[in-house]
Amino acid sequence: MSYISDEMNAALGTRLSRKVSFPVSESDIRRWAIAVMWPEPPPSLFWDATYAKTTPQGGIVAPEEFNPFAWMCAESESHDTTVTPDPNDPNHLELALGIPSPGLQFQLNGGISVEYGVRMHPGDVITSESFLASYSEREGRLGLMLFTVIEDVWTNQNRDVVKRSETTLIRY
Amino acid sequence: MTDPQSLNVGDQLPTFVRATELAHWNRYAAVNDEFVPIHMDDAAGQAAGYPSAFGMGHLQWSYFHNLLRSWMGETGRIVSVSCQFRGPNIKGQTVTAQGVITGTRQEGNELLVEADLWTDEQSHSQLAIGKAVVAFPL
Repeated sequence: MSYISDEMNAALGTRLSRKVSFPVSESDIRRWAIAVMWPEPPPSLFWDATYAKTTPQGGIVAPEEFNPFAWMCAESESHDTTVTPDPNDPNHLELALGIPSPGLQFQLNGGISVEYGVRMHPGDVITSESFLASYSEREGRLGLMLFTVIEDVWTNQNRDVVKRSETTLIRY
Repeated sequence: MTDPQSLNVGDQLPTFVRATELAHWNRYAAVNDEFVPIHMDDAAGQAAGYPSAFGMGHLQWSYFHNLLRSWMGETGRIVSVSCQFRGPNIKGQTVTAQGVITGTRQEGNELLVEADLWTDEQSHSQLAIGKAVVAFPL
């Protein structure tokens, strides 16, 4: 048995999506910092503009791992514009590529690797371009597991690289 | 604030500790628009093969960043971070993010510090492991 079909192999290297964020707001940054620091208060760098001006960053910045694409994007293009699969559907990648679903029931985040560039600031508009990098599979405690690596590059409105990442999705 | 001149291989980073449960995960779901049943509903977590609902991998990722930020202060710069998830953060666990310096090197006018990172729970089972590089100005 294998989850990896010829159609899936043929899709390697395909651009999965291009997304453009709404301008990052101070409120988005503050709420993110509150959530990841809960129940302690977030660092002043993420919410106090007066304090942030005195730091090497020169003003409020977003936490490095902040996601500006949550809660809608200003622009969003997928490989197949005729379908908009639920990102929580374990088969969403293949559905978005317009290829047969491997019939997966669950998905987990298997790992992340990121190289950071410039920080994200209030007002920034971030663009993400993601690509399907690889498929592999192996037997795990819960049966055959499909490992999918997605490459993603984020740039800001000045085309400065914000981050380059690889995310491994584990599905079974 | 961390003095980069005082850093040595083998030094441990100050820990970042959280007793995790739905109050943490729901807040993270709210900011990341990540309302997935396995992170909110015990029955969904059990259907996926786990004892309960469990926390988001991306929240462990944020805990790595919190650990680094609180250690390096505002003069430091996170160059890179990687993370592999080893176990679920189930309800009631106390998660501790930890790190140890594994190398230092000078590049230009910066000191680059390499560290191994991990999170574990109260019985010391690892939940995530990773590596980071942080730059300090010299």
